[in-house]
Amino acid sequence: MTATEVSPSRADARPVSGGARRTRPPRTFEQANRRLKWAMLAPALLFVGLMIVFPLAFTLDLSLTDAFGAVNADKSHIGLRNFADALGDARRFWPAVRRTIVFTVGAVVLETVFGLALAMLMRKPFRGMRWVRTVLIIPLLATPVAIGILWLLILDPTNGIANHLLAGLGLPRQEFLGSVGQSLPTLMLIDVWQWTPMMTLLLLAGLTTLPEEPEEAALVDGASAWQRFRYVVLPMLGPTLTTALVLRAVDALKTFDILYATKGAGGGSDFEAETLNVYAYGLTFDYQEYGLAAAVLVLFTLFIIGVVVLLRRRGGRKNA
Amino acid sequence: MSATVTPAARPKIAQLARRRRHLAWLRGTAIGLVTLVFALPLVWMFAAAFKTNLQVTDPSVGLWFTPTLDNFRSVVEAGQIVRSMGNSLLVGVVSTVLSAVIAVPAAWAVGRFSMHRTGSLILVARIVPAISLLVPWYYLFAQMGLVGSYTVLILSHMFVSVPLIMWIMISFFAGLPVELEEAARTDGLSAFGAFWRISLPLAAPGTATASLLAFVFSWNNFMFALVFADDRTQTVPVTLFNFISYASTDWGGLMAASTLITVPVVIAAVLGQKYLVAGLTSGATKG
Repeated sequence: MTATEVSPSRADARPVSGGARRTRPPRTFEQANRRLKWAMLAPALLFVGLMIVFPLAFTLDLSLTDAFGAVNADKSHIGLRNFADALGDARRFWPAVRRTIVFTVGAVVLETVFGLALAMLMRKPFRGMRWVRTVLIIPLLATPVAIGILWLLILDPTNGIANHLLAGLGLPRQEFLGSVGQSLPTLMLIDVWQWTPMMTLLLLAGLTTLPEEPEEAALVDGASAWQRFRYVVLPMLGPTLTTALVLRAVDALKTFDILYATKGAGGGSDFEAETLNVYAYGLTFDYQEYGLAAAVLVLFTLFIIGVVVLLRRRGGRKNA
Repeated sequence: MSATVTPAARPKIAQLARRRRHLAWLRGTAIGLVTLVFALPLVWMFAAAFKTNLQVTDPSVGLWFTPTLDNFRSVVEAGQIVRSMGNSLLVGVVSTVLSAVIAVPAAWAVGRFSMHRTGSLILVARIVPAISLLVPWYYLFAQMGLVGSYTVLILSHMFVSVPLIMWIMISFFAGLPVELEEAARTDGLSAFGAFWRISLPLAAPGTATASLLAFVFSWNNFMFALVFADDRTQTVPVTLFNFISYASTDWGGLMAASTLITVPVVIAAVLGQKYLVAGLTSGATKG
C-alpha cells in the first residue's frame, strides 16, 4: 500500500511543482475531510432532528396542555396538572408502572441467565452450529403479532397443546392468558422464549473476543470449571453483559406488540397486561387524552433513561 | 504423544477420555433440547396452517395428519392479506432504501472520524419510546389530513430504520482501516471519492445486513401501521391483528396468515444467518 510511504503527520504534504503557483495554501486532507464529514452527516442529522427531536419537544409541550378530543381543538397550557394527575392516579398509572417493572425485571433476568448458560454451552464449535444459530434468530426476527397469535393457540385454555402436555404430566389445567393473575407471567415467558436467543447471540459474540490465556492459566492453577467461569470468564465478559442488558432492558420496557396482540386495548378486562407503553397508547388513541398521554410519555421516557444510566454506571464500576 | 506416556498412566487417560466423551454427549443433548424448545412453537404454527379447523383445536392430533391447503386458499381468496403483503413490501423497501441512503454516509462520518458525541444521538433514538414520536406526528398528520397515506407510513418506519442502520454501520466503518482511504487520497481521489470508491464497496456486506434487518423490522412493525394506516394502506401485522377480532375461532386461517407472514423472515434467516447474527450483535462487544 502506498500509505505506508506517507508518514501520518506528513499526510498533507503534496509535491508543489514550479514554486508557489497556487496562491491558496493547498487544502489538506483533514480540511477536506472536515467539510465532507458534515455534508455526509447533514441529511441524517436533519432527519433525526426534524422527525425525532422536534416531536419530543412537541410531546414535552403537549404534556403541559389540556389537549383532548379532536386534534385541531383549542388547547391551553395548564402547567404541571397532567403530571399531578398521572402521579396521583392509583388506578391505572401506578399499576402500569408496577407491571412494567415486573415484566421487564422478570423477563430480562431470566433471559440473561438462560442466555448466558446457552452461550457457554455453544461456545466451542460443534457440528450443526450453523443450524442452531439459524433456529435461534427466527424467534427474534419473526413478526411479533404472529408470535402472539401463535401462543394464543398453544396456550388456549381448552384446546391448546400446552394444557394437553400438562395433563400428560398429571398437572392441573392452567388458564394462562385467559386469567387475570396469569397473564403477565405468561407474557413474560413468551418474551423469554422470543428474546433469550438475542442474549445468547450477544454474549456469544462477546465470548469470542475474549483472550484465552487467563482461562488457561486458571486451568493450570487447578481451577474447576465453575471457578473458571465465575472468576475468569464472567468478569471479562462484564462490558458485553452490560451492553446486552441495556439493549434488552430498553426493548423490554417498551414491549407493545405482543401485549396488545394477545390482550387487546388496555391490556385486558382488568388491565392485567397494561404496561406504561400500552397505557400511553390507550390514552392517546382510545381516549384522545393527548395532554395526559404526553405527560405519561415524558415520565416513561425519563424512567427509561434512568434505567439506562443506572445499568451503565453499575456496569462501568464493575469493570473499572 | 503416546510414546511419552508410561504404561501406568494409561488407565487414567482412558478414564479421562471416557469422561470427556460423556460430557460431549451431554452437551450435544442439551443443545439439541434447547433448539427444540425454540423451534417447536414455530413448527406448531406451520403445522396448524395445514390442518382443518377440527384438527387445529384437537391437541391430540399432533404433527401426523393429512395436510390441506384450504386455510391458505380461503385466506388468499379473502384478498386482504395479499393486498397487505404488497403494502408491507412497498413500505418496507422504500423506507429501507431511503434510510440507507441517508444513514450510511452519516455512519461513515461518525465511524471514520470517531464523532462519538454525534453518534450518541442515535442511542437517544433507540431509547425513546416510539409512542412519544407517534403522538406528535399523529397530531400533525391528522391536522394535515395525511393519516392513511403511504408517505406517512414510510416516514414513520424510517424512525426505526435510520437509527438502526446507523447503529450497525458506525461500528462497521470504524472497523475499516483508515490507511485504505489515505492511500486512495494520496493516489489522487477526492475525499468523497475515497468514500464512494473505497469504503462504500468494502462496506457492502454491512450495508446489506443492515438493510435486511431494517426491512425485517419494517415488515414486522405493528404500532405505526396500527395508527397511520387505513384499510387501503394497512400492512400485514395490522391485517393479522384484525383477523383475531372477527375470526377468533378460525385458527386454521389465522395460522395460515401467520405462516404467510413468517415464511419470508424464515427464508431470510436461513440464507443470511451469518450476516444477520453479525448485524444483530454489532456494536455490542465494544462496551
